[in-house]
Amino acid sequence: MTRVVTLKIDDIDATGREDETVLEVALEHGIQIPRLCALEGLTPVGACRLCLVEIEGTGRLLPACTTRVAEGMVVKTNSERLRKYRRMTIEMLFAEGNHVCSVCVVNGRCELQDLAVRLGVDHIRIPYLYPKRAVDASHERFALDPNRCVLCTRCVRVCGEIEGAHTWDLMSRGIDSAVITDLHTPWGESDTCTTCGKCVQVCPTGALFEKGMAVGEMTKRASFLATLAASREDGR
Amino acid sequence: MAQRIVIDPVTRIEGHAKITIQLDDAGEVADAHFHVTQVRGFEKFVEGRPFHEMPSLMARICGICPVSHLVASAKACDELLAVEIPETATKLRQILNLAQMIQSHALSFFYLSSPDLLLGMDEVPEKRSLFGVAEADPVLARDGVRLRQIGQTIIELLGGKRIHPGWVVPGGVNAPLSEDARDAMLAMIPEGLDIARRTLEWYRTVLPYFEDEIATFANVKTLFMGLTNAENTLEFYDGPVRIINGTGEVIADQLSADHYTEFLQEAVEPWSFLKTPFYRPMGYPDGVYRVGPLARLNIVGRCGTPRADEYLGLFREQDTQSSFHYHTARLIEIMYGLEKVGMLLREPDILSKRTRAVAEPNRSWGVGISEAPRGTLLHHYEIDDNGLITRANLIIATGNNNYAMDRGVYEVAKRYVRGGSLNDGMLNRVESIIRAFDPCLSCSTHAVGQMPMQVELLTPNGEVVEVLKR
Repeated sequence: MTRVVTLKIDDIDATGREDETVLEVALEHGIQIPRLCALEGLTPVGACRLCLVEIEGTGRLLPACTTRVAEGMVVKTNSERLRKYRRMTIEMLFAEGNHVCSVCVVNGRCELQDLAVRLGVDHIRIPYLYPKRAVDASHERFALDPNRCVLCTRCVRVCGEIEGAHTWDLMSRGIDSAVITDLHTPWGESDTCTTCGKCVQVCPTGALFEKGMAVGEMTKRASFLATLAASREDGR
Repeated sequence: MAQRIVIDPVTRIEGHAKITIQLDDAGEVADAHFHVTQVRGFEKFVEGRPFHEMPSLMARICGICPVSHLVASAKACDELLAVEIPETATKLRQILNLAQMIQSHALSFFYLSSPDLLLGMDEVPEKRSLFGVAEADPVLARDGVRLRQIGQTIIELLGGKRIHPGWVVPGGVNAPLSEDARDAMLAMIPEGLDIARRTLEWYRTVLPYFEDEIATFANVKTLFMGLTNAENTLEFYDGPVRIINGTGEVIADQLSADHYTEFLQEAVEPWSFLKTPFYRPMGYPDGVYRVGPLARLNIVGRCGTPRADEYLGLFREQDTQSSFHYHTARLIEIMYGLEKVGMLLREPDILSKRTRAVAEPNRSWGVGISEAPRGTLLHHYEIDDNGLITRANLIIATGNNNYAMDRGVYEVAKRYVRGGSLNDGMLNRVESIIRAFDPCLSCSTHAVGQMPMQVELLTPNGEVVEVLKR
């Protein structure tokens, strides 16, 4: 039987099941923690490092999305130190890609852009890398612009865990990491892709988008995920 | 001893440019050039991008005339879709384009050139700005600001924001016009027309003071190019291209933008990053032409709106070859623009909800042509099977006037500049010929007569003989 634990998050007395993560319990208590990779309905992976929190008694910062709650835990989600690191993380995400909001299909509806605004990122203090990355528009309905990818792997997980197609995966390491379809073949030639579009809807930026969209025209609808997951649990 | 005068940067224009004037041993002007000193790279870095991004990307070419690029770009994309866009979308784009012309012309005439026209070419530089105008003639200054505001407000009401609206998309526009927005626009038109009339009447009275400049600015003979329509009236949005010569004779008509490479070619000169297009059958430099307000009024039969046509006579009784009359033509076009916006807004289907054609790319290339405030603007894109841009070629309105500006600088320098007795008024006249063309060399410099201007007299070895500072 799952036990219930009590803990403190930002000086609020909170309770949660012991198999829940800090992020889940925080959200249940109305505490928002910035995140790009975590999404309700998908297995957490701790990739984006934006949900890092301070936990008393632990020297290092831990991702709220993959850390389980424990009895007596004291968590800080919004200290100056955390805000500083989060701003830095966002700046690095911007610097290592080519994020040109002004011409992007999700301008005004982008999770990365929203976080930057919310965290007060008004300048990028590190030099831009300007990587050269080609757009894959070979799919008849969707396109991948790796310039806008933050490697959150939501597409990889939704495709594998929910759709069961496992078209998406990661290749290479470090700065060369990239999401790929099948064995790095053009998306349009993928044998496994079912064209369901789930990856496009969960992508937090304009990296995956519907073709034919002009600037600011794409709205991502990731809400299907929770409904779908719940329906499956119910056996409907 | 030969000397060189450098005017860098040229002030009260949009973008960055430099003028050099070469004097011979006797101190007479031997040659002069207009240099555009920047390179932007748009044609290159759009390669590989989805074509649906083009209108918003290309709009970034300019912060003052983003709408012109939006329209030309979207039209090129319409061709890639190979669709006929809904009529209402065409009309809404036309209104947007005219509003852009109104605000840009107001900026050029009132903010950038009226200091020369009201205060005189020889006024001290400290006064020769919009602030000087506001002091000497508050109504004129306020009229200019208000007129620009009217144009910008129409753009905002249509596109959601004044600069770089994302409303114009391949296939049409992405939202219909609301009744409230239409009524708000219509309510501004009468005031705009009053301002246009007041300004034209005032301008009529100052023209005689500039006889000498008008004559000097006329020494460059070129062809004229612009868009036309079946009614032979002013056309800003679409239509075949017409080219006339200096005597008004039509030398080419009904040219389709799709085949522009058959009649246009671009020359490259070592002194400028700006290319020089010319009418191909006549070669370079015989085939160089001018575009913009002066060209448009020269190639059409009439404006096509009653008030603008009233003033067309004022234009036609002048020497219509003189680049000085770009100013006159600009004011008449403002009048036309306001009238035409009113007419389009009263069209019965202007509020129609059908404003966008949706299609996949059906052609591998497309050419979009329209009239920007400064003249004919052309965007040409080629795409691969996935809709990614493989090649882009842009012929920017200002570029069409490159040769005329360059030679204009030479003619004006020859007439006014004398070595040994340099003065500010002389050099301002050299700059003012550039301003008459209202070049938009890239994007806004946000400087109204405040940028430092330094003119240096150099020996052939680069030794500074005399420095004149602003």
